[in-house]
Amino acid sequence: MEVGQLQRSFVEYMASLFREGFLDGQFSQLQQLQDDSNPEFVVEVVSLFFEDSERLLNDLTMALDQPNVDFKQVDAHVHQLKGSSSSVGAQRVKNCCVLFRNCCEEQNTEACLRCLQQIKQEYLLVKNKLQTLFELEQQIVAAGGAIPMVQ
Amino acid sequence: MDFYSSSSSTISAQEEPHVLAVDDNLIDRKLVEKLLKKSSCKVTTAENGLRALEYLGLGANQENSTNNNGSKVNMIITDYCMPGMTGYELLKKIKESSILKDVPVVIMSSENIPTRIDQCMEEGAQMFMLKPLKHSDVKRLRCQLMQC
Repeated sequence: MEVGQLQRSFVEYMASLFREGFLDGQFSQLQQLQDDSNPEFVVEVVSLFFEDSERLLNDLTMALDQPNVDFKQVDAHVHQLKGSSSSVGAQRVKNCCVLFRNCCEEQNTEACLRCLQQIKQEYLLVKNKLQTLFELEQQIVAAGGAIPMVQ
Repeated sequence: MDFYSSSSSTISAQEEPHVLAVDDNLIDRKLVEKLLKKSSCKVTTAENGLRALEYLGLGANQENSTNNNGSKVNMIITDYCMPGMTGYELLKKIKESSILKDVPVVIMSSENIPTRIDQCMEEGAQMFMLKPLKHSDVKRLRCQLMQC
């Protein structure tokens, strides 16, 4: 595929991620922070987010699997995940965390388990989308083009 | 003409302010570090209040140490919600220190809770900022620090 086409695909894909609520303005903030001194900044931060999220989702799974669920601990994990997802602009994951925290407050294990399922789904979706985005970037660069700035 | 040495909170235009950023969340630490460096600050990060105090020379066993990192720090920016010691508790410890009480402390939080904000401002916080931080927030902060 020639560079122009790749770039157009990239712009359209990015626009769809914002339109569908997977990403919000905070992701644009990350992109604006990337510069020549740190050309891999967004990928680095997002990679950290993937690692951190997977760890937290595992911790949440274990915490909710206990006979006596420690809701304070569950809430602490969700708070972390909410923070990270908010900081990278993963809007749908963040919104799920908000709902999850309400279930923690009510100490409702069943509802928490449903929330956890939901978050796992949203997380996998956004991870997939972001990986696709990064792959498109790599293709553009490999074809000798510049990555378009999407405002 | 009176001669006096500049306090740790006034910086000349040529110098890069040295900021200590405290946050238990790895992603947030990376983000705040980048935001500050983008605004021409030198940055040291700490993952919790205890580590921050140790860096500043205010740790439990540092009474007679020659740690003078504290006098080189121009600003401290800390998350509010941290396990162990909250940002508020860290703020109090800094304000209780004769060496560091004049260093501006900024509190960050993902939650907009007026009583929390008031509590921090009353304890002497320079500013309270909502997370996630944006470039414009840090620019504004930098400007305040430079008193421009």
